[in-house]
Amino acid sequence: MAIVEVRKLRKYFDAGGVHAVDGVDVATEEGEYLVLLGPSGCGKTTLLRTIAGLEVPTEGEVLIGGHVVNGLPPRARRIAMVFQSYALYPHKSVLANIVFPLKAERIGKAERERKAGWAADLLGIGHLFDRKPRQLSGGERQRVALARALVREPSVFLLDEPLSNLDAKLRASARDELKSFQQRIGTTTIYVTHDQVEAMGLGDRIAVMYEGRVRQIGKPVEVYDDPADTFVATFLGSPPMNLVPRDGRLIGFRPEHLLPEEIVSGDDRITLPFHVHRLEHLSGDRHLYGVVKGLGEETRIIARLPATVSVPITPDQTYTFAVHGYHLRFFDAKSGERTDPVRVGG
Amino acid sequence: MAQATLERADVETGRRARPRFADRDGLLAWVFLLPSVVYIIALVAVPFFLAIAFSFSDVTTGNPSFNWAGLRNYQRIFGDPVFWQSLKNTLVYTGIAMALIVVLGKVLANILVANFRGKWIVRFLVLLPWTTPVALSAIAWLWLLDSIFSPIDWVLREFGFIQGNMYWLGKPNLAMASVIAVYTWRTLPLAAVIIMAGLVAIPKDIVEAAAVDGAGFWRRMFEVTIPFTLPVIAVAALFGAVITFTDMTVVYLLTGGGPTHSTQVLASWAFIKGIEGGDLAQGAAVALFLFPLLLAAVIAILTAVRRMEVS
Ligand SMILES: Nc1ncnc2c1ncn2[C@@H]1O[C@H](COP(=O)(O)OP(=O)(O)OP(=O)(O)O)[C@@H](O)[C@H]1O
Ligand SMILES: [Mg+2]
Repeated sequence: MAIVEVRKLRKYFDAGGVHAVDGVDVATEEGEYLVLLGPSGCGKTTLLRTIAGLEVPTEGEVLIGGHVVNGLPPRARRIAMVFQSYALYPHKSVLANIVFPLKAERIGKAERERKAGWAADLLGIGHLFDRKPRQLSGGERQRVALARALVREPSVFLLDEPLSNLDAKLRASARDELKSFQQRIGTTTIYVTHDQVEAMGLGDRIAVMYEGRVRQIGKPVEVYDDPADTFVATFLGSPPMNLVPRDGRLIGFRPEHLLPEEIVSGDDRITLPFHVHRLEHLSGDRHLYGVVKGLGEETRIIARLPATVSVPITPDQTYTFAVHGYHLRFFDAKSGERTDPVRVGG
Repeated sequence: MAQATLERADVETGRRARPRFADRDGLLAWVFLLPSVVYIIALVAVPFFLAIAFSFSDVTTGNPSFNWAGLRNYQRIFGDPVFWQSLKNTLVYTGIAMALIVVLGKVLANILVANFRGKWIVRFLVLLPWTTPVALSAIAWLWLLDSIFSPIDWVLREFGFIQGNMYWLGKPNLAMASVIAVYTWRTLPLAAVIIMAGLVAIPKDIVEAAAVDGAGFWRRMFEVTIPFTLPVIAVAALFGAVITFTDMTVVYLLTGGGPTHSTQVLASWAFIKGIEGGDLAQGAAVALFLFPLLLAAVIAILTAVRRMEVS
């Protein structure tokens, strides 16, 4: 177990033409589950590969357990990585795949098989030992890849979208397994994903990346409730945060916080006329698409009514909705950064 | 007006619906196959059956009339120690050259896929021997290995390793080594390129996974790259074997089979007997000994290719 830290890390490709990682400072905590979240192409994989030693950083340092490891090859870093494709050795049996890292460490045969048995028990794949990777399902392959990562008792786990090849149902159960498994062994884990549901569910903390930079790092609730800028605000949450322009600022609020006025009580509520254009039913909730006036400029927004709210709504009507003042977030319209709250009257 | 357009449309669609020459797969297959069929019949099948026929006759260059001779030619060559020497040499050369080609080919292939400054020059130099005609390069080697003016000897002398000359082609063991070296040198580029194609096809993440899993260079090579490229290596080895096995030019030009037949191979012996000595019948009988061994090699190549397709 160890702390992974990167300092002022930059990685450029094509002679500086592509800034895949553009100045990242992140440190994990001991035994933490840190999720790197961001849209496709934002540099998550590159950051992970640089930590693993598969890419040489253009600038900056990588530290594992307090030591700078920039000059060390991947095998000397005591990390285990699960690739998006799992990268199992297709010509080896499941057992040979799992013991491969132990063989590389010149551990004796009996000890190897004991450890492989332990990892297989943990992941429930003992009965698959004699199969070849191509005879396994996606979920089984993932568990073999995890077992191979696990047997070495690495100081750090690096996982690159290990669930993205699985179907929705399997992904949910695999996510659950992964989380409880990590809690049991308590190894520091860095997990890459572009799926916010995975990130919110798995992470002790989430680092949101965009264009090679970390925009915000914090607990899932913090990142969701207090986004540092408009990118984080609109990347997280589905539907994303509504942003209403007003006097050089953007006023943001989550779709689930805009509710019919009869439900919202309290002194600091702000009532708004909401003209509903369209209505969708999604897993019990109602998503209302329409236009609000009064908060700032007239803006198209989305409101999400939970299944427990039964106020009848029909399209092409105007209703009075309300939002609590403490649910409003303020951003600078130009830079997108958070700013101090301003008074917005009723 | 409307009628006219309709008719034209009909004609057009009608023309489009009729199969064109390029649509008739069965016919096309024949058209494309015909040249190779003609080629194979004229230049492979006819000479092959001619050789079988000759080997049971008493045809010579001086007297081409065909008289049945039964197994007499075979009896004669079996009684000839040069034939056995040639057969042994052919097998030994092929075996050693094949082993060298595979090992050095793998090394060269690794160099070819590596990324470094000036790799184009290196690739060009590596491929050069393959692009040079055999006869030309054999003559160049003849000069390199000359008994008196050999530049190799000169270098060795300058460094003080030897005094005088090595007489590369003059002593049986050195002559054998020289012939094997030239065979290897010549087929190496082909093998390297074939193996390189195999190396390039290895998924990158698997090699990276092995690196992260703690495998060093040798372990990665023996547990990942070689198992992955085994079918390709087999193809390279067999190509090397077939080319070495059937080649007569190198021995013929370099040593002429000498000194005293110690480097003779089946192909050069068949040529010397049949064409230079004029005894076509015996030459054909000697050459036919290449056939069963080549057949086995071809079957092995095809099996390796099939395995590659399956996995
Ligand atoms: N070897 C490379 N050469 C050149 N550009 C690269 C290379 N690897 C990555 N890039 C570029 O760097 C950027 C970041 O890539 P990266 O693979 O880290 O994205 P990612 O966040 O993992 O995306 P995804 O979620 O789609 O996997 C991309 O614009 C990509 O095109
Ligand atoms: Mg990626």
